[in-house]
Amino acid sequence: MTTETPVQRHLPVQELERVTIRFAGDSGDGMQLTGSQFTRTAAVFGNDISTLPDFPAEIRAPAGSLPGVSGFQISFASAEIHTPGDEPDVLVAMNPAALRTNGGELPPGGALIVNSDAFTANNLKKAGYEGNPLTDGSLKAYNVFEVPISTLNARALEDLGMTSKQVDLTKNFFALGLMFWLYERSMEPTLRWIDTKFSARPQIAEGNRRALKAGYAFGETTEMFHTTYRVAPARLSPGTYRNITGNEATALGLVAAARLAGRQLVYGSYPITPASDILHHLATYKNFGVKTFQAEDEIAAIGSAIGASYGGAMGMTASSGPGIALKSEALNLAVMVELPLVVVDVQRAGPSTGMPTKTEQADLLMVMFGRNSDSPVAVVAPATPAECFDYAIEAWRLALKYMTPVVYLSDAFLATGSEPWKVPSLADMPSLAVDNATDRATFQPYARHPQTLARPWAVPGTPGLEHRIGGLEKADMTGNVSYDADNHHRMQLLRAEKIDRIAADIPPLDVFGPERGELIVLGWGSTYGAIRTAVERLQQEGWSVAHGHLRHLNPLPRNTGDVLRSYRRVLVPEVNLGQLSLLLRARYLIDVVGFNRVRGKPFRISEIRSAAEAVLAGRPVDDVSLRSDSQDTFSASGQGLA
Amino acid sequence: MSDQTGNGRPAGQPPRPADAPLSSENAAVIALTRKDFVSDQEVRWCPGCGDYSILAQTQKTMPDFGVPKENIVFISGIGCSGRLPYYMNTYGFHTIHGRAPTLATGLKLANPELMVWVITGDGDALSIGGNHVLHSMRRNVDIKLVMFNNRIYGLTKGQASPTSELGKRTKSTPAGTVDFPIQPLSIALAAEASFVARSVDTHTEHLQETLNRAGSHRGSAFVEVLQNCNIFNDGAFREFTEREVRDDRMLVLEHGRPMVFGAERDKGIRLRGLHPEVVTLGNDVSESDLLVHDEESEDPYLAFMLSRMWWPEFPVPVGVFRRVARPTHDRLVSGQIDDALRQQGEGDLAKLLLAGETWTVD
Repeated sequence: MTTETPVQRHLPVQELERVTIRFAGDSGDGMQLTGSQFTRTAAVFGNDISTLPDFPAEIRAPAGSLPGVSGFQISFASAEIHTPGDEPDVLVAMNPAALRTNGGELPPGGALIVNSDAFTANNLKKAGYEGNPLTDGSLKAYNVFEVPISTLNARALEDLGMTSKQVDLTKNFFALGLMFWLYERSMEPTLRWIDTKFSARPQIAEGNRRALKAGYAFGETTEMFHTTYRVAPARLSPGTYRNITGNEATALGLVAAARLAGRQLVYGSYPITPASDILHHLATYKNFGVKTFQAEDEIAAIGSAIGASYGGAMGMTASSGPGIALKSEALNLAVMVELPLVVVDVQRAGPSTGMPTKTEQADLLMVMFGRNSDSPVAVVAPATPAECFDYAIEAWRLALKYMTPVVYLSDAFLATGSEPWKVPSLADMPSLAVDNATDRATFQPYARHPQTLARPWAVPGTPGLEHRIGGLEKADMTGNVSYDADNHHRMQLLRAEKIDRIAADIPPLDVFGPERGELIVLGWGSTYGAIRTAVERLQQEGWSVAHGHLRHLNPLPRNTGDVLRSYRRVLVPEVNLGQLSLLLRARYLIDVVGFNRVRGKPFRISEIRSAAEAVLAGRPVDDVSLRSDSQDTFSASGQGLA
Repeated sequence: MSDQTGNGRPAGQPPRPADAPLSSENAAVIALTRKDFVSDQEVRWCPGCGDYSILAQTQKTMPDFGVPKENIVFISGIGCSGRLPYYMNTYGFHTIHGRAPTLATGLKLANPELMVWVITGDGDALSIGGNHVLHSMRRNVDIKLVMFNNRIYGLTKGQASPTSELGKRTKSTPAGTVDFPIQPLSIALAAEASFVARSVDTHTEHLQETLNRAGSHRGSAFVEVLQNCNIFNDGAFREFTEREVRDDRMLVLEHGRPMVFGAERDKGIRLRGLHPEVVTLGNDVSESDLLVHDEESEDPYLAFMLSRMWWPEFPVPVGVFRRVARPTHDRLVSGQIDDALRQQGEGDLAKLLLAGETWTVD
């Protein structure tokens, strides 16, 4: 019985407020699974969490190669956190390629756990190492733990009769088990997951269980580690929580919006990274009356959505930049016929195909202006994965109330990143119901609601309201085709005014920090966490700095100009080359300072902080540019893309 | 709350039985006439355009379906044909170039009870919108697509279209087009349309009957109408459609009947090996030697062969080439939803939001 009893912990336990771990390995090594299992365990334990998956677009790049490296970073904490962490405290590198692509981001003194079995001559060569970093002293700045994970794991599974390939596939769980031990985590949630996942394959289930337990036991019994770490549960506000990614939250928000509006959701979309998961989620909600349609192309996807909205349903589509570009003509049709429509753009790095799995915020001007003529649409942008739920509902509120297309800007970071989500109560959500037109005595296709300027929604099937709409210019009121000069001018103004009036129906721009002062850092979308954390730190040091974050980008909140003018300087960090900056400068004639980095990665807290410090000190922001005097900056930022 | 039920049927309308044809039994009850389908908009096609006849036959056949006009929708793309919805006193949507089938697909998903017509042309359907024709047909979306084929781009004033004959000189092809033309019905058949037919603008009775049969079909119907553009491609089909020659140069397909044609009913189509041949009835050839038209054949071979026949080698076939029963797209989609409701019950949103692992903070 003594052998069954866990070894008494005799190591010192260190309390930490926050830990950031990055799992990195070959894309076939199951790093995304390993990371998400750690995430679930930390979330259920009650930590605040924030995650950043980082995977290649190639499904299976050659094993051991640099492009094939897949990573997953999780930050978990006993206090509220807003980002997945600038840099890892611990890097788990399953092979030399993973070390080479991720090692540069581990700060000196950071813990590096490597699968030493994978550091073979062949793998080292594939990763471009001339020597072996484990032996040549190049890692001496780090706290290196060499663990022969493959060997130890194979030994733990040796009597199961699994093939060596099957055994090798479980080694990620050995690493996971070791990390569970190091951070005092229960293996239970993952053991339960294994039971469910492999219920039909008992041998594989047992292999994974053993791998996990072997990793955990290795931590306990080896004398390699001198400390374990404890990160207490976070003091989140009372409620029931779950872990959620942005794409999951978007899908749930759409289903909730349909319930709140009492209409069916018709979702037309064409597969594209990183938006496809929304389709995958919605396709499983058939018993909520959700109809999903995998169209033949991006244009058919939005066409079906417009057709569905014409028919009285909530028609919507989602894509990423290249697909949104294809949808622009149809989106303009929706502007002309003034039907409700929500278009989700999960932005990724471009131009063209760009870097499909990497994040960027560079579609703002495209969705604002990328259509022929003056063609206003409402634009909203959630700031965090959990907020994706709220803004899916908000997008639909505006679309239905104003009879307009609404673009919802998410991005790859929000879509695949996750955080705890306080599950809202349905009773707290307002109805989104709007009425269809039915009164044949008063019906005019382009009559307008006096406040919102919305035209009536006259749905086929309604007796007496037969009428024709289309992409040709409409005569005011009757909706008949019109080439009248004054009518066109009036209709252009009406379409613009309708969107502008939304400004009276959205919350004012709220600031975190002093209401006036030296500097406001103004962001939008997924930069929220890095900006908020950087601003918090500067405030703690006594700086007069505020954070404002826009969730409505068209129209902008009515107080935006006044808020910005309450600070001496305005800093606008964006993962693009200055798109919101351009809008703000044009609209308010304020000389905002842009801070722009497009590395396919979210901002680091430290980057925002340095930029803010520079502005506060009256120095130029250390921006990435092609100037010869900034070659260092440029090549340094290039390194991470290797 | 709105008047839409969860499954997208306007409240108060009973569902049509799944297999009931959209046809005539209600016609008497609803008692509409052609005039009910004429809108108040002035028709603005060129005088003498074949589109007038197609509009007239469409309006004439509408009362036959017994469908209330508020349940009928005409959706068009861009081109001269795209104007037709404005002239129909039904619901109408003049959309963008080539994309009408996509809006029609979404509309049928939202409300399967509607009768949806797609009005398109050879450029709209086969060039810019080719992909959508292909996919709406293979899905068997319950739409009636009427393609006006005038073998030219008319609205943009006379450029070559995908059906223009090789070498045709147009404004965009002064030395003759180098693009080989396609046969619309071959495309429709390859795309698995469940109803495929052809008629001619000037053959008014045949056109009305063909539209009527398309409208009565449940599933994707593709109707090619040979339509004369008297401004940019006058007489494109004159050689075989003129009253004096058409009996000898066209083959009117009739289900279950041997393929006989000719003013004297003295010619027919016989199969020689894998090829059709024109034969003269008489001494050693009788009707029993001829091919018998079978529009309901599960195999598309006969229909495909007919789609390749063209004057002057052959009489040009008109009529219904193919008509087969297949579940419609909207029914399959609704069926999956019904299955999910039966197996899982009506979705509980509160439960869905709490799915997966949760934890509570007090």
